Amino acid sequence: MALIDAPPLTPLPPAPALLSVSDLEVTLFTRAGQLKAVDRLSLEVAAGETLAIVGESGCGKSISALALMRLLPEPPAKITGGSVRLAGRDLTRLSEGEMQRVRGKDLAMIFQDPMSALNPVLTVGRQIVEVIARHDPASHRAMQARALELMRKVRIPDAERRFNDYPHQLSGGMNQRIVIAMAIACQPKVLVADEPTTALDVTIQAQILDLMKELQAETGMGLIIITHDLGVVAETADRVLVMYAGRKVEDGTVDAVFDRPLHPYTRGLMGATPSATLQPHGRLAEIPGSVPALADLPAGCAFNNRCPIAFARCFAERPGLTMPAPARSVACFAVEQEGVRHGDPVGA
Amino acid sequence: MAILSARSLSVHFDTPRGTLQAVNDVDLDVEAGETVGLVGESGCGKSTLGKALMRLAPATEGRIFVNGRDITRLGKGAIDAIRSEVQMIFQDPYGSLNPRHSVGKIIGQPLSVAGWKRADIKARVAELAAKVGLPEAALDRFPHEFSGGQRQRIGIARALALNPKVVICDEPVSALDVSVRAQVINLMKDLQAQTGVSFLFISHDLSVVEHICDRLLVMYLGRVVESGRAEDIWRRPAHPYTAALLAAAPVANPRLARTRAHKTLQGELPSPLSPPQGCAFHTRCPLAQPRCAAERPLLRGLAGQGAAPRQVACHFDLVDHQRTPDVTATGTAYVSA
Repeated sequence: MALIDAPPLTPLPPAPALLSVSDLEVTLFTRAGQLKAVDRLSLEVAAGETLAIVGESGCGKSISALALMRLLPEPPAKITGGSVRLAGRDLTRLSEGEMQRVRGKDLAMIFQDPMSALNPVLTVGRQIVEVIARHDPASHRAMQARALELMRKVRIPDAERRFNDYPHQLSGGMNQRIVIAMAIACQPKVLVADEPTTALDVTIQAQILDLMKELQAETGMGLIIITHDLGVVAETADRVLVMYAGRKVEDGTVDAVFDRPLHPYTRGLMGATPSATLQPHGRLAEIPGSVPALADLPAGCAFNNRCPIAFARCFAERPGLTMPAPARSVACFAVEQEGVRHGDPVGA
Repeated sequence: MAILSARSLSVHFDTPRGTLQAVNDVDLDVEAGETVGLVGESGCGKSTLGKALMRLAPATEGRIFVNGRDITRLGKGAIDAIRSEVQMIFQDPYGSLNPRHSVGKIIGQPLSVAGWKRADIKARVAELAAKVGLPEAALDRFPHEFSGGQRQRIGIARALALNPKVVICDEPVSALDVSVRAQVINLMKDLQAQTGVSFLFISHDLSVVEHICDRLLVMYLGRVVESGRAEDIWRRPAHPYTAALLAAAPVANPRLARTRAHKTLQGELPSPLSPPQGCAFHTRCPLAQPRCAAERPLLRGLAGQGAAPRQVACHFDLVDHQRTPDVTATGTAYVSA
């Protein structure tokens, strides 16, 4: 107790990372052998900051999120290395019981499909109350009042009446609001949102993204948004991390990465994204082929068989992350060797 | 003459909770070689309209024409005959392929239904596979052996087997990854350039629609609320709903995303079982007036759009009622017809 009363020793460094993941490794133990679904992933999220993790199906973005939450389907998946530090504590070393106290309280998660995240036979109000009861129990009346307040906060119209509705009586957008209300019920330090708007219509998507940003501004929570949609990245994130075949291939601030994507995969993704207001009827840039299965990743750089600028070294060795600029990293031999040329804007 | 047309087409379903007016009074024309986009959010009736045009959903009222021929009431045998002219591609490339048939058999199916000889089918299937970029070895394999993008190529090859005049594409790239989506969109554009096929492209993804379509129809709760050239609509949406859709679509450009006017449409789609009186959009419309709740606006033409006819169903549309200085300066008159 004396610790609490002790005066602060030295001022903290600016914007310390709330969540800091280093060299996280997730291995899938399958009949085909041991596959690295997440390979030495490092990332940091500061308070009030939004990090977007972007990539295509199978790149390991969702499994990374599950690993942070310690929700991996085990077996076959298992964290086999690295650490996940939340406010200094390594979550990978916690017991399941300790983790349950962290999950939903310090670290919360939203999934793509709100219908499967909610219990179909409990009213939505009761489900919010359950989260509060688990981490912050109070009298039933007080918890109900707080659940109602949360429902108003996530802009459920007519919250009193909706409190006793079941998930099937609400629309997808309303259910996602309920899931968000549950996620923020105990003021998490970091919220992980895995494709939170992919199942929603575009006007509802805009509402939900606005809501998440507002709640973040209010509470200062760190936000990790996992998405395949570069539009969502541009609209919401401060920093972006691009994943391919289980590895980080590039990261940086959104402005830096969108202005000058360095990795050929990032450049390919941007060229392949038709943009509602920027591009006329031209031909989209294609990335040839498709994402390789984890079981048959090519030797060397995992992107070499689809890369327009791959050369001998890319087939022999795996590129490590280099830092071509402050707060910027990229894993590509071509960038390493002739950096500037390949940093030209997309389409050049 | 349009290849595929609908006049006052309505599709209503009787449900235990009343009549669901999925499609109401829709006029539509798809001309040779063009791509017409059908956009709107889930429940707006765009997929039902696509099915009704294929006679896969029953038309309650109105007429459907293929090459000028009224097919609304054709019997089963006669309908099979027009299948060679109108084909369809579906969103889920796996669910729409028979898992127990080889890829070659799937692509050749429309040909055998049409009574082609076996040797001719074989040659045509090989030709189609090459056209959509499938390796010849793929023909002996089964759908589960392919990725989503490859499966969609199979679906496209099958749809094009009989050289249709028009293909109705229901969210053909929505289930695909970004890099593969670009491949399929480019393939569709190439095939259109080669064969002159028309597409009716049903999608909720505005950036894809903008990229691929010549003309657009925007639907809300079963009705067309705006139609016209894609470019014109993009530059200057006339219906507040179209404007809201465009504003809500995320832009893959962080600087632009920060600076552009960000007005989020409030509320959700009302139930199509009990659509609002008056203009169906008035409950969510930022510009709604008392008249909008009382009187349903008809789809009417906007003049001053050159040769491209443009229509909007709004009493107070954005083009007529909020002239911007640059418009009046160039002397272009935006007046209601």
